[in-house]
Amino acid sequence: MTKMLSEFTVGESGKIIKVFGEGRVRRRLLDMGVTPGASLILRKKAPLGDPVEITVRGYELTLRKSEAACVEVEVL
Amino acid sequence: MKTFALIGNPNCGKTTLFNALTGSTAHVGNWPGVTVDKREGVYKDGGKKIKIVDLPGIYSLSPYTPEELIARNFILSDEPDAIVNIVDATNLERNLYLTTQILEIDIPVIIALNMMDEVEKSGDKINLSKLEKQLGVPVVAISALKGSGLKQLMDRADSMQNKRVGTTILKGSMDEHLDKAVDFYRRENNSSPLFHAVKLLENDEIELKKSGAAEIVESFGNVDLEAAIADARYSYISENLAVAKSKGNGQTLTKSDKIDKVLTHRIWAIPIFLLVLFAIFHLTFSENLLFLNGFGDSTAWMPSLVECGLAVEEDGETVYNNFGVEILAVFYDGTVYSPGVMLTNFLNLFLDHISSGVVTLMQNAGAAEWTVGLVGDGILGGIFAVLGFLPQILVLFLFFSILEDTGYMARIAFVLDRIFRRFGLSGRAFMPMIMGFGCSVPATVNTRTLADDKERTATIRVIPFFSCGAKLPILTAVAGGIVAAFGVGNADVITFGMYILGIAAAIVCVLLMRNTSLKGDTPPFIMELPTYRMPGFKNLMLHLWDKTKHFIKKAFTIIFASTVIIWLLSHLSWNWNYLSDEEMQNSILASLGMLLQPLFTPLGFGSQLGEFGWVFAVAVITGLVAKENVIATFTTLAICISAYAGSGTQDGVQELVGLIDVITQSSQVPQQQFIAALIAFIAFNMTTIPCFAACATAKSELQKGKFKWTLLFWLVASYVVGAAVYTVGSWWWTVFIWLAAVVAVSVVIVLKNKEKKK
Repeated sequence: MTKMLSEFTVGESGKIIKVFGEGRVRRRLLDMGVTPGASLILRKKAPLGDPVEITVRGYELTLRKSEAACVEVEVL
Repeated sequence: MKTFALIGNPNCGKTTLFNALTGSTAHVGNWPGVTVDKREGVYKDGGKKIKIVDLPGIYSLSPYTPEELIARNFILSDEPDAIVNIVDATNLERNLYLTTQILEIDIPVIIALNMMDEVEKSGDKINLSKLEKQLGVPVVAISALKGSGLKQLMDRADSMQNKRVGTTILKGSMDEHLDKAVDFYRRENNSSPLFHAVKLLENDEIELKKSGAAEIVESFGNVDLEAAIADARYSYISENLAVAKSKGNGQTLTKSDKIDKVLTHRIWAIPIFLLVLFAIFHLTFSENLLFLNGFGDSTAWMPSLVECGLAVEEDGETVYNNFGVEILAVFYDGTVYSPGVMLTNFLNLFLDHISSGVVTLMQNAGAAEWTVGLVGDGILGGIFAVLGFLPQILVLFLFFSILEDTGYMARIAFVLDRIFRRFGLSGRAFMPMIMGFGCSVPATVNTRTLADDKERTATIRVIPFFSCGAKLPILTAVAGGIVAAFGVGNADVITFGMYILGIAAAIVCVLLMRNTSLKGDTPPFIMELPTYRMPGFKNLMLHLWDKTKHFIKKAFTIIFASTVIIWLLSHLSWNWNYLSDEEMQNSILASLGMLLQPLFTPLGFGSQLGEFGWVFAVAVITGLVAKENVIATFTTLAICISAYAGSGTQDGVQELVGLIDVITQSSQVPQQQFIAALIAFIAFNMTTIPCFAACATAKSELQKGKFKWTLLFWLVASYVVGAAVYTVGSWWWTVFIWLAAVVAVSVVIVLKNKEKKK
């Protein structure tokens, strides 16, 4: 099953299928290791529900729900 | 002399390595055209000298942030003799991503593998020789914090060959495209053709501008090479290079995770953050440490030194029985002080003795009255008043450096992003703003982490509203003066309230700008949350020493000059006669102040304050040079006008009380309006044009042409805020008029924006 990272709940993990978006948001996501094939886990959500924190490539990355909506993930 | 460039991710220990390599030779300047810190130093080993240039911390060489651009331009156009790439061994995967890009440049590279000790502690191993073979460049394990491996690193770097041809890990599917692009750059005689070619395949903005480049990309058809290249780099790294992974798949909780669980807790995160912020300000500024003396005057129980019989009160001044009691008064006098206040007291004790010693010496030597005045009140009084703030500024800086270095600052941005987004900013804008509480200059420079120009401009403009360390004395002195002179209110409450007012003004102004002149989408917030770390003591101290140097230099140049000028202007009449303190009414400064005084009438500290009201106008003017001057000016002028008898307290409260008394008597201004005017005076100074140094920084950080509007913005904002505070403070019902105005403005903006959308 695939869904967007923005729809993940805390503790869910998956493998990135595709990174949408354009320009600097996409570039930044790719540079930070959010690339197709990488696995990630949603660690937590900020107290106000947004942004979210994921573990990807062995480190913690934070991104907003709107940015997470650019990342398609296969749920594992 | 050879030049080495240091490059690496943020938080990889680059600054620590730079400090360890260059020691005392380091100096900080600015990159040409931008005010991103340019740190340079010399590494010395025996007779060998190597120049080290510290490039900003970056994740990639893409063209989207000023830091990335600087690093890229420096390496490509200045061509250092070698690149020292610092790699955080605890996070190989992401750190090596930058490495794979650097290797594509035709410059010798050496990898400094930092924090190997931490990796080993966690039981993992990294095979250095294997890494070296895979990358094709030397790899040296170091610990920047402990200073180990540095000599080996520099020796190997120094003995590297002068030439190196770029290599890439990109193989296979995109060979054909890459060859085509490399050929293009070779034909154009570009240096590092491989690097440029890869960037072109990534649809890099800068490369696409080169004539003929866009055609090459078009000839590839519709393929997504950008993602493919990033993916190829990471895949290569995880297959061949990431021999050790510092973290499993999230099953085990590291120490960092445990701390994080508490600090970013769903419910407790924000209360904890507020508590931390309160603790920092309490430890820096409070005169009632940990509320040992109860909460407020009614519950205070500690006896003052006078009540203990250790000191006596004489003419409103405390005279201590002996030097031992004077030392005791640094820590305790009717209340236990916070560390920040203790340091301030200690420095002031020292400065007071110098000041009175010099004055006595001059009087004994029979110096003319005006020279004693110039040296005692003008020069020493002014400078020491400024130096007196240094301890608290440094303590505040220390706390913020600790927050930054531990990694908590990034969590705060994470927690607060949601709130900041409402105002069209990202959580990252929070960091420069909170730094503004220390000093606007580094805070303004720190806005470089904001990639969006409009967000940067808006942030830079409101940074001065976050009352900096130099404005604090205005707050404490005036608030203290109000309490002491009128016997109403609580100085801490007024001070705290003014901080809140500044924040509120910032929020309103950002909202206003983001909806009118600086409209735009909320910038992205894709950020690393670094592992929690204990900050290095040496680094913290170096950081503080930098600040101290900067501050003292400022105190002895700009502020020194302006206090002398002000003393002279206030003691000279238009026909160059020396005026004694009692005759200041006739001075040049007084007439300048009187000329400007009516301008401040709507703010309460204008004409209604009568014949001595001009000191407020003068203080505002001198404050434009440096905010420290505001109270220094008051001190100088108050001593003169109210013929204040004492030797002067460093915080200026006594002088201000004298001044308030004189003005109240001469102008008959009602108490409530005078209090409102004094608070409006604080508010005006907090939100108006900042000091010279901050203005200069803002000018260079802002886009061309934006600075003059920024100046105007500050003037208008401070005038409106000051007028609002004064009118509401004097006549409470005017609050409805102001509210109506706010509603009217909002409605107009909303309607206009809707109209435009249609």
